[in-house]
Amino acid sequence: MKSRILTLAALGAFLAAPALAAEPVKIGMITTLSGGGSALGIAIRDGFKLALDQGGGKLGGHAVELIVEDDGRKPERAVELAKRMLDRDKADILTGIVWSNLAIAVVPKVTRAGAFYISPNAGPSLLAGKGCDANYFNVAWQNDNLHEAVGQYVNDKGFKKVYIMAPNYPAGKDALKGFKRFYTGTVAGEVYTKLGQKDYAAEIAALRGAKPDAVFFFLPGGMGISFLKQYDQAGLTGDIPVFGPAFSFDQTILGAVGDAALGVINSSQWNKDIDNAANKAFVADFQKAHGRLPSLYASQGYDAARLIGSALAATGGKAGDKDAFRAALKAAKFDSVRGAFRFGNNNHPIQDIYVRQVVKEGDVLTNKIVATAFKDHQDAYAADCKM
Amino acid sequence: MLLILEQVLNGLQLGVMLFLLAAGLTLVLGIMNLVNLAHGSLYMVGAFIAASAAQWTGSFLLGLLIALPAAALVGIAVEVIALRNLYERDHLDQVLATFGLILFFNEAVAMIWGPRALFIDPPSWLSGAVEILPGVPYPAFRLAILGIGLAVAGFLYWLVARTRLGMTIRAGASNREMAGALGIDIKRLYTLVFGLGAMLAALAGVMAGPIYAVEAGMGEQILIPAFVVVVIGGIGSIRGALAGAVLVGIADTLGRAFLPGIIGAFLGPAAASGAGAALASMAIYILMAAVLIWRPRGLFPAHG
Repeated sequence: MKSRILTLAALGAFLAAPALAAEPVKIGMITTLSGGGSALGIAIRDGFKLALDQGGGKLGGHAVELIVEDDGRKPERAVELAKRMLDRDKADILTGIVWSNLAIAVVPKVTRAGAFYISPNAGPSLLAGKGCDANYFNVAWQNDNLHEAVGQYVNDKGFKKVYIMAPNYPAGKDALKGFKRFYTGTVAGEVYTKLGQKDYAAEIAALRGAKPDAVFFFLPGGMGISFLKQYDQAGLTGDIPVFGPAFSFDQTILGAVGDAALGVINSSQWNKDIDNAANKAFVADFQKAHGRLPSLYASQGYDAARLIGSALAATGGKAGDKDAFRAALKAAKFDSVRGAFRFGNNNHPIQDIYVRQVVKEGDVLTNKIVATAFKDHQDAYAADCKM
Repeated sequence: MLLILEQVLNGLQLGVMLFLLAAGLTLVLGIMNLVNLAHGSLYMVGAFIAASAAQWTGSFLLGLLIALPAAALVGIAVEVIALRNLYERDHLDQVLATFGLILFFNEAVAMIWGPRALFIDPPSWLSGAVEILPGVPYPAFRLAILGIGLAVAGFLYWLVARTRLGMTIRAGASNREMAGALGIDIKRLYTLVFGLGAMLAALAGVMAGPIYAVEAGMGEQILIPAFVVVVIGGIGSIRGALAGAVLVGIADTLGRAFLPGIIGAFLGPAAASGAGAALASMAIYILMAAVLIWRPRGLFPAHG
């Protein structure tokens, strides 16, 4: 009798093991797919899905189930979706959020529930320093990073009186702080605008009055399109040069800005001309799938998926084994499209940051790397993180 | 001093832009008693059609000429298919249904034109800046918006106050049944008014194209200030919409331009970027509350 039970138990275990392994890992993606700023979320989703499609619906050779939901850039909606994905869908990993104010609302809830969050974009300082968490990884950058690179560049080029501008939300504050960390000249004016603002006539008039020798602005998505058009129409494009992070000169928006963006210097951790096999495959496959050049955001979504894939491959598809999976994520054994990539103590990237210039290739506006701003750059909050 | 003048001009221009949107909204709300949240979608549709048509023909003006009737047709189709059944329902049903239309239009635009923002250039003779005051170059296109907005205000005033159509519109607004009994085809009148509103929204969208981002969802951001304008001006009043729009435009612009500086002078630079920026984005709502305390039915209530 006893042996029969044992045999049954062994048989049960034998049957259960492959069944468990075949159970797909659930990944919940909360991102902005409608309304203002939806181009960013759509790019992240498309980048992520491209990695999935390249693996034949698998990541790192293991089946995954991707649940995509639209947050409409609303924090309360994002929180609600996260709750649903954790409680009802039992997602192992969450990802996708574009905006820092949404990330701050969602990420602590995810990590507290014991699940993993992989950020393909937002990297608020709050979550990189004191609020860091072993289950939270950012595969893009800490918010300040790209702005720091512009600060350094503007400083090196001898600009002494710069007017700086960003939207009034956590990433905007991080942006200007990051810029000022490496820029040592005087600040001609520091302006916080409303998130999602369209009309910048008042700000542009005030800016002209301050007579700066350069302008630094961080206005992601449609805000940047509106600002650059209006700046150009005010006749300032030739007079006062503008500088910014990649977000306002990204492939998603260059087409809408037009020639007003031509020649502008901006900073990025990625560009389509970075020479490595992973990037070449990414750019070619993305173009084939969507008929357009990939954007920075798409590259980050793609890397997020491949990071998850590398951890699944290393752990045999067991996202449920938290410690092993966490260690595998931290090791970041994947070929990032940006080249060298590794995580610092606070699970944020240590990476090179480049200086790009907007150029025209045929009829298409795009970016070209012209210099390297930082080698192996780490964020300023890592020291505050107790990991 | 020059800066203040320039900012007032900026405010006027923003106000006129809001007026184009609010005029259609207030007509539909005042005359048809319909809360139309999808008004912003018609603004977006106008901008998208104009951007494509301008790209295709190579001319902004042709884009404008194609977008206006096209958007009016879209508006009429929406009225006939979806909204006609809602006039007798209460406002909550209307809000829900027109919110549904917003989702429909955003998705439709993303499906047809893709997720990326479109490019639309102003006509070359309006693309530069004009020196209106010594040392103050002002974008020519913004001056054009100012001119067109004021012309539209004049035209609407003439239409509503001086023409037979305007008379029937006013009659339909003040007493629907009586107007119907006197032989006015109310159904057709409503369709006409809605089409006119859609065309005005599209005009705002086309004029916004070269200065703002033409992207899915562009309508919602501007819809809220447009409703503020309608409420301040008095529901159903074109005159009120113009006054309200100019007030909102100037309050918003001056708030953004000077409030952070003023707060900063008293409370230091940290407060300027924190409280100042926050207060500036609240300025139009504070204005609305103040106006409503003073005149609960708005500045120029249309009837009664």
